[in-house]
Amino acid sequence: MLKGVITVMLQPNVLDVQGQAVEGALKHLGFESVEQVRIGRQIEMILPTEDHEAARLQLSEMGKKLLANPVIEDFQIDIKEA
Amino acid sequence: MHCAVLVFPGSNCDVDLYKAVLHLKGATVEYVWHKGTDLDRFDVILIPGGFTYGDYLRPGALAAVSPVIATVKKAAESGKLILGICNGFQILIEAGLLPGALLPNQNLQFICDVVPVKVAQSDSPFTSSYQLGDVLRLPIAHSSGNYYCDEVTLKKLEVNGQIAFCFPAENNPNGSIAGITGLLNEQRNVLGMMPHPERAVKQWLGTSDGLGLFKSMIKHHIA
Repeated sequence: MLKGVITVMLQPNVLDVQGQAVEGALKHLGFESVEQVRIGRQIEMILPTEDHEAARLQLSEMGKKLLANPVIEDFQIDIKEA
Repeated sequence: MHCAVLVFPGSNCDVDLYKAVLHLKGATVEYVWHKGTDLDRFDVILIPGGFTYGDYLRPGALAAVSPVIATVKKAAESGKLILGICNGFQILIEAGLLPGALLPNQNLQFICDVVPVKVAQSDSPFTSSYQLGDVLRLPIAHSSGNYYCDEVTLKKLEVNGQIAFCFPAENNPNGSIAGITGLLNEQRNVLGMMPHPERAVKQWLGTSDGLGLFKSMIKHHIA
């Protein structure tokens, strides 16, 4: 079994208002030098296969069809031993 | 004109929309559960607002892959009128029936207000009862209505006349690009909009400026 991890982030050209608000709060806490805070989402799942290539292909389809919105988001795939 | 109001888990403007149509002369209406796949008997498909599937993943993302939306896509191709309001607009965008994306409001707040909305296209089955440039007073109630698209898409929308409604430049509550808050597809038989015309059909509701939208659809159906 493999564990698939998809990390979805807003594309660099899309303004992340949530990230900006969190950046402001971090600065307020004293982390003044912090820059370009961006917020994403991580989705984990177990895939009943040992075939890394097949798993990657499947995760990529999931990312394109549902888990990320290609208009505003990019996603990255990681595969680990479950 | 026979209308379907689609109902998903988490829809909450379905009754408002149903009643708005029910009180119109020349229109009949039925609810359709999201697992339904037969929409042949309807002339118009209405997708109401709400928080389908709790807005999980992204607003509209999970509803956009439900069985009824596959049928809505075919209906759109065949030229049937499809109107998505608020969460219905988000669903149409997630389903790929309209271009762009709807991001969280620029101020990160849920906005519930009655605001001025300008008619930017009166040559469509949804807006023909209005004059170009009319400023309507319509309710809005959303947290992700901040319309976004890239420059190339924006140019295309402008050239094709696909922008149906926009906020006036001096009063853009959610940060949408070019104030866009109502969008047609290229064929102009699909409209998505953030403001709620179904909550603006009687003067005692505060405004009846949304009525023109329903009247336009009836006019289109009779013609």
